[in-house]
Amino acid sequence: MSAIEGLDTAGHHEEHAHHHEPQSFWQKYVFSEDHKVIAKQYLITGIMWAVIGISMSVIFRIQLGMPDSNLSWLKPILGAWISDSGKLDPNFYLALVTMHGTIMVFFVLTAGLSGTFSNFLIPLQIGARDMASGFMNMLSYWFFFLASVVMFASLFLQTGPAAGGWVIYPPLSALPQAHQGSGMGMTLWLASMAFFIVSQLLGGINYITTVINLRTRGMSFDRLPLTIWAFLITAVLGLISFPVLLSSVLLLIFDRHFGTSFYLSEIYINGEALPNVGGSPILFQHLFWFLGHPEVYIVLLPGLGITSEVIATNARKPIFGYRAMIASMLGIAFLAFIVWAHHMFVTGMNPFLGSVFMFLTLIIAVPSAVKGFNYITTLWKGNIVFTPAMLFAIGMVSLFVSGGLTGIILGNSALDIQLHDTYFVVAHFHLVMGAASAFGLFAGVYHWFPKMFGKMMNNTLGQIHFWFSFIGIYLVFIPMHYVGIAGFPRRYYQFTSYDFTHKFMDMNMFITVAAILSFLAQFIFLYNFFVNIFKGKTAPKNPWRSNTLEWTTPIVPGHGNWEGEIPAVYRWSYDYSKPGAKEDFIPQNIPYSQTLESNFPHENELIATEKEIEAQNFNDQFNTAH
Amino acid sequence: MYFIIALVALVFVVLTVIVVSRLQDVLKSVKKPESADEAPSGNSWNGAMFIVIIIAAAVGTTWSYMHAREHFLPIASSVHGRRTDDLFWFSMGVLTIPFIFVNFLIFFFSWKYQYKKGNKASFYPDNHKLELIWTIIPAIVMAMLVFTGWKAWSDITSDAPADAEVIEITGKQFNWIVRYGGVNDNKLGNYNYKLIDAQNEVGIDLSDENSFDDFLNPTEMHIPVGRPVLLKIRARDVLHSVFIPHMRVKMDAVPGMPTKFWFVPDKTTADMRAETGNPNFKYEIACTEVCGQGHFSMKINLVVEDEASYKKWCAEQSTFLQTYPEYLAKVPDNLKAKAMKGLPADTATPADTAKTASTGGGIGTTAALR
Repeated sequence: MSAIEGLDTAGHHEEHAHHHEPQSFWQKYVFSEDHKVIAKQYLITGIMWAVIGISMSVIFRIQLGMPDSNLSWLKPILGAWISDSGKLDPNFYLALVTMHGTIMVFFVLTAGLSGTFSNFLIPLQIGARDMASGFMNMLSYWFFFLASVVMFASLFLQTGPAAGGWVIYPPLSALPQAHQGSGMGMTLWLASMAFFIVSQLLGGINYITTVINLRTRGMSFDRLPLTIWAFLITAVLGLISFPVLLSSVLLLIFDRHFGTSFYLSEIYINGEALPNVGGSPILFQHLFWFLGHPEVYIVLLPGLGITSEVIATNARKPIFGYRAMIASMLGIAFLAFIVWAHHMFVTGMNPFLGSVFMFLTLIIAVPSAVKGFNYITTLWKGNIVFTPAMLFAIGMVSLFVSGGLTGIILGNSALDIQLHDTYFVVAHFHLVMGAASAFGLFAGVYHWFPKMFGKMMNNTLGQIHFWFSFIGIYLVFIPMHYVGIAGFPRRYYQFTSYDFTHKFMDMNMFITVAAILSFLAQFIFLYNFFVNIFKGKTAPKNPWRSNTLEWTTPIVPGHGNWEGEIPAVYRWSYDYSKPGAKEDFIPQNIPYSQTLESNFPHENELIATEKEIEAQNFNDQFNTAH
Repeated sequence: MYFIIALVALVFVVLTVIVVSRLQDVLKSVKKPESADEAPSGNSWNGAMFIVIIIAAAVGTTWSYMHAREHFLPIASSVHGRRTDDLFWFSMGVLTIPFIFVNFLIFFFSWKYQYKKGNKASFYPDNHKLELIWTIIPAIVMAMLVFTGWKAWSDITSDAPADAEVIEITGKQFNWIVRYGGVNDNKLGNYNYKLIDAQNEVGIDLSDENSFDDFLNPTEMHIPVGRPVLLKIRARDVLHSVFIPHMRVKMDAVPGMPTKFWFVPDKTTADMRAETGNPNFKYEIACTEVCGQGHFSMKINLVVEDEASYKKWCAEQSTFLQTYPEYLAKVPDNLKAKAMKGLPADTATPADTAKTASTGGGIGTTAALR
């Protein structure tokens, strides 16, 4: 390796110059192959989708909490979906519920969270110039963009967007005559989702390849920050499960347009018996949830990774049980693939299968509990700095635990009989997957904003944003459990048809008020985010006094991230408050030979390997011939 | 209600005031040059907030729980329902412990170990014993919950007893249709979805003699009390789901795949009227799988009554053939005599329709008792 490098030194400067050749505006900001720009593209697209998706939930919350209110003021936006008497159209209600779910799960929490931070942090934290394939990375974003455009367009159809719930169970989604949302709206939903899956696969392959191949000198797997572990495991989950969703989507497209009967059998609708026999709607559910359940962890794991990093940094303590954290993430990821049918206990699936899936599902509680306790122990005897990122990370742990516990009830098939498809389920997954992941996203944005834009966000506004969001989320979802225990079914346009739902009118109104207030609180964030991109105070190089490699780059890293050589890595990323050390943090690129005062005996032995690490020079594209 | 909204508004107003007043301090402190060991901005009030919020949350959650509990799980009216209710409250009780414990620790530690000048966090990267403990304890608790849940589940989903009253319920956009086996043979006849039309809404196959005395009811389901009832569940068009909240019954209705659920109701409608003190109490059946525009109002009432009145009600219902005698044409010739029993004599069909009937009956049928 070094011999080749020696031969190359003559050509090196030319190479270097080549990389810094000025790029056109389009190359630099639009069709960029730079992971940092792509990450920002993902983030901003995700934020825009989040505004749309959460607004939708506010509209249907008003319908549920204040069923008598006059919604005429929404006419300028929703047009004919609001009747002349100011009532929301029941079909559009279903469309809103469906699109809220689709947008939040896929476009915000999958693309916006994993897309942003995997892209941004993987090369910066492992010490790479860029992703393994910048071009594929660019394609990944633009496929996502295409999916976004198609999905966005479907909102404006006269028959409305897809409306069969975000799980789009056939036959409802397969038969245009069953519901108006199953017409063009569903076609566009399926097309958009196909593009989205392509985007996820291009991204995922890139993340995995990059983490495996492009780690800098000395960055062994046991020195990777937990964020990278989380992104790596997330990408593997996505790579295995998204193709299954693609196949289920393709089969649904065949059923809809080419007369096949994968999911259709013995159907009589609109005065006509359809010829399809032999298909099974349950097949779709199996295929869908084979993605759908890992998807929960695709959404959650990056949040957990970010939380680990943020909590350790701001508690000024090493993360407790680094190896246990990795093991529990691997355990969760493995179990994620074999629990999908707990979404299907009452679909008529063989009850024996139900018992098996109940058993497997409840095992997930064990690695999750380990994670929860490890976070708490990390806080114990820390010296905690309440940056907005830290607050959101702490909030995330609370939401993750609170929401996860009700999952133990739902995973119990005997109890699921009553609670399945009620608001109990809605409350459960919004806490554990929705809010917890969103808090992970916020923690990430507040923590890495200085690295993304070279500016600081306003600390106080961030703290205010946290408290409103955190209290708001609990005010929405704790009462929603109550409504669920009373047996209120989800996806109901109103609760007036039944005697057993003739209660909790005030509770539903309360939930709606809390939801609106939490929604309004998000504008604090939007203001803080967008204004400070331009007007923020210039960030110091390492504002949180953190150990990971991204803080060794220039304040605004350029193409290739590091000027000159990529730093080598000599230690794990959690050397906070090490006994004997001068500072309360020792970055990963500081060799043990420079910290003799704080080394443990086994670390002194590692000093001998430092020369070896330094001599290595793989992976730096700037230093080797292409 | 307005009280509660006022309360929420108050909480937010108080928060806003705290926050604004803090903002002032922060703005002042911004002007001062920052040094490394100065407390990070806003740290102390954020630390205090953790204590304020955990107290407020404890009070709020307890109060709202007590306030809401009267509406929780409607009174269970089936044998297995009380069992799952007990299990539910048992699990909730068990899970409340970690819920309180963990949240308390998160909030308390955040407050207790907030940044203090000159403090140094303790370097505490692992402790295998601790980790082992909190792996094993959840595992044992889980094993216990799984075991109780599994036993209940396998009892509930076991095969229905032989003396169960078999009733078919079919979901369609947007109502339920109930079919009974009839008073003569009390057996459901075969069906075929291709035979469905405007009158024959569930596709009764009249070439099967068991179907001659079947009767339908699209507005009410009656069941006897104290005896197992087996629901045979079907869907005509899209997915539906039978949900009887008071019976703790839920099972999807799937086109092309009949499902079932059995249970033992042990409180009649009259019993429940006495118990709830509501003279208008009705058992209801709802749909819980989104099925289109009318999903939220896909209701059918359920009447639970004693054996005698149930029998009486069944006897009063007119069979499908009595309601639509023209369907006699679909009965094969050799069974006509049997089918016409109980029909008024003047509905005898012309002989020439028999031919169409036999071809019509040639379509493959699905056994109702699969």
